[in-house]
Amino acid sequence: MKKALILGNEAVARGLWEAGVNVVSSYPGTPSTEITEFVSKYDDIYSEWAPNEKVAFEVAFGAATGGARSFCAMKHVGLNVAADPLYTASYIGVNGGMVCAVADDPGMHSSQNEQDSRHHAIASKTPMLEPSDSAECCAFAKIAFDLSERFNTPFLLRLSTRVSHARSLVELCDRKEIGVKEYKKDVMKNVMMPAMARGAHVRVEERLLALTDFADGEAVLAGINTVEYNEKKIGIIAAGTSFVYAREALGTKASYLKLGMVNPLPVKLIKDFAKEVDEVIVVEELDDIIETHCIKLGIKVKGKELFSRLGEFSQATVKAALTNEKADFVSFDEDIPARPPVLCAGCPHRGLYYALKGMGLYVSGDIGCYTLGAQAPLSMMDSCVCMGASVSGLHGFNVARGSEQAKKSVAVIGDSTFIHSGITGLIDIAYNKGFSTVIVLDNSITGMTGHQNNPANGLTIKGDPTVSVNLEALARAVGFNNVRVVDPFDIEVTKATVKEELAKEEPSLIISRRPCALLKTVRHSAPVVVDEEKCIGCKACLNVGCPALSQTKRESGKYLAVIDKTQCVGCGVCASACKFDAIGKGE
Amino acid sequence: MSVKNILIVGVGGQGTLLASKLMGKCFVEEGYDVKVSEVHGMSQRGGSVVTYVRYGEKVYSPVIEKGEADIIISFEQLESARWLPYLKKGGVLISSTQRIDPMPVIMGKAAYPENILAKIREKDVKLVELDALDLALSAGTAKCANIVLLGAAVRFLGIDKDMWIDIIRSTVPPKTVETNLKAFELGYMA
Ligand SMILES: Cc1ncc(C[n+]2csc(CCOP(=O)(O)OP(=O)(O)O)c2C)c(N)n1
Repeated sequence: MKKALILGNEAVARGLWEAGVNVVSSYPGTPSTEITEFVSKYDDIYSEWAPNEKVAFEVAFGAATGGARSFCAMKHVGLNVAADPLYTASYIGVNGGMVCAVADDPGMHSSQNEQDSRHHAIASKTPMLEPSDSAECCAFAKIAFDLSERFNTPFLLRLSTRVSHARSLVELCDRKEIGVKEYKKDVMKNVMMPAMARGAHVRVEERLLALTDFADGEAVLAGINTVEYNEKKIGIIAAGTSFVYAREALGTKASYLKLGMVNPLPVKLIKDFAKEVDEVIVVEELDDIIETHCIKLGIKVKGKELFSRLGEFSQATVKAALTNEKADFVSFDEDIPARPPVLCAGCPHRGLYYALKGMGLYVSGDIGCYTLGAQAPLSMMDSCVCMGASVSGLHGFNVARGSEQAKKSVAVIGDSTFIHSGITGLIDIAYNKGFSTVIVLDNSITGMTGHQNNPANGLTIKGDPTVSVNLEALARAVGFNNVRVVDPFDIEVTKATVKEELAKEEPSLIISRRPCALLKTVRHSAPVVVDEEKCIGCKACLNVGCPALSQTKRESGKYLAVIDKTQCVGCGVCASACKFDAIGKGE
Repeated sequence: MSVKNILIVGVGGQGTLLASKLMGKCFVEEGYDVKVSEVHGMSQRGGSVVTYVRYGEKVYSPVIEKGEADIIISFEQLESARWLPYLKKGGVLISSTQRIDPMPVIMGKAAYPENILAKIREKDVKLVELDALDLALSAGTAKCANIVLLGAAVRFLGIDKDMWIDIIRSTVPPKTVETNLKAFELGYMA
């Protein structure tokens, strides 16, 4: 049997392939993105990027209704967007199996919140599996399809950053071709109106009981829920990452009930385990879901009195709570400056922000690479909530504060984010006679999540040419009469255009268009050069916040601008910031 | 064998992921259980990045905590200082002398500490310093600084040098094999 060292996300993709999955539709989101990128390399699976998670879920669910094994992946907040179809898909059940992977991000490495997606599983009454390493990612993905078909329900697969983005060993197996099942019209099953849904809800409650029985019995035989008895003073109940941290920290000094199925939780299994050990401790990142379940069962446990609801755990977290072991290490004795992520050298977003700077604007922000412009020195964002909220939020802000405010406010939103959920906000503005100015930062790619194609860039997930959304025509079609396109590296024109559009008592869409500097198709200019005769060291150029630009002390003793040639791509935004003409084109 | 821990740290975009990929492959070939934990997403945009490589008979956690690393491979001086507490007392720090100013320093809001490596040298650690960028350039391209650093680390890993050469050969794009092997050798000798 061939073994491979692969990412949890690649292992999920492998599991899908081995399970004979036919259809995959996803929207990117860290840490879930690579699952679908890996899937797209398999020619025997249809894969696509959808405009958002709701669409992705519905495509997968439609495919399952049509008899195919189907899948969708998203990050934790993506499941909020897909929650609507999820809750009713749970009532309907499946024909071909369906699995939805949802990747949480404890510690918020790349997210705007650290919600615990297990709440969605409980609320939608959908079963959820949670792997703890790549081998389980592959195995659980496969098992989930069998169980989905057997229990007639979509399954959720919960991942987290340290499972998705960690490599560990996986045994590779062959693909099992399943094919597409027969579709039979069944209104009572597939059409959710009150009369049918009442019956469906009864079935859902029965299904949960059957799944609880499964969790207590067969899940143990199948290696989904496992018990390991060692010393019995402490009995740990944990799942996923929390299990591996606890197992690492305590070794055989504790016994373990490892839960691979986190919804519904077992009952008898937990009661039996609790009887065997002196003290039960629940280790779980984020919320107290297993702990609350134990308390409901009348079992005395310790959980959140020892462990935080905040952030990511590690073996050190468990050691600190349960042992006297202290880490021994040396450290550097001075303050170490932080190194926050920044817009790349040559990023088109920088030009747009620099053009807006100094105009005294309220900037309704959104999510993507361009959110990095919220930080100093650009400091060009007033709000950031969730994908799409920049457009609708700006409308609300302007309605509340009146037309004078609307002349000093803009929304900034990336191309992928605009397609995801900015469009509906745009319709709201036009329909309700608002006059907000919206700027789409069109860099021809979904940047933040690592370069996925999207409906606005004319390429499919496999890189094949396809139609692309014409943003100008779209805005006109929904009722925006003022649509302008600017090059964000042309600071003066961009500034003037924004001023003109803000002055109008009508809604405007400005498209700030230039491809991401990291795209392979983009040609770069030579690094810019500093004329040391002209540079007076005023630091104005540092305000563009470019990582390729800093100041160093010269022989003369003066601090002057210096360009890092390994990073600079010659975009020239810093030159626009120099009043002394000291930064020029390189050769 | 107890689990060995290697931390690879640097600045997003510096190519830390290739070094961990090669290591992971090599330890698997040697028959170990391996876990490699990477950072994708936001911090790849010029932020402080860390990759954890762990190998041994059985590895549970994918992460390395303070005082647990046997070796730290650092692509940048300030990152050496930042991650130093993760090193075991007496552990090995392989640090490039490269300096990349973070935004707070560029803006004059914070100071880049002076003589970082000289100060670290006084601590209870074994420091190997090298100008990985310069060595990479002499091998042919700045892009293989990661392989230079890998070369420097290999001396402390107790695995046959030829094994590493085979792994590099079979992993990097064919056109870049010669450059990468030159970089590896330069790091190994440093
Ligand atoms: C509901 C939801 N889905 C996915 C994400 C992950 N995510 C953050 S930004 C982003 C897209 C960014 O692309 P774009 O709007 O084109 O801006 P860019 O990063 O290219 O500047 C995605 C998918 C999220 N934060 N929320």
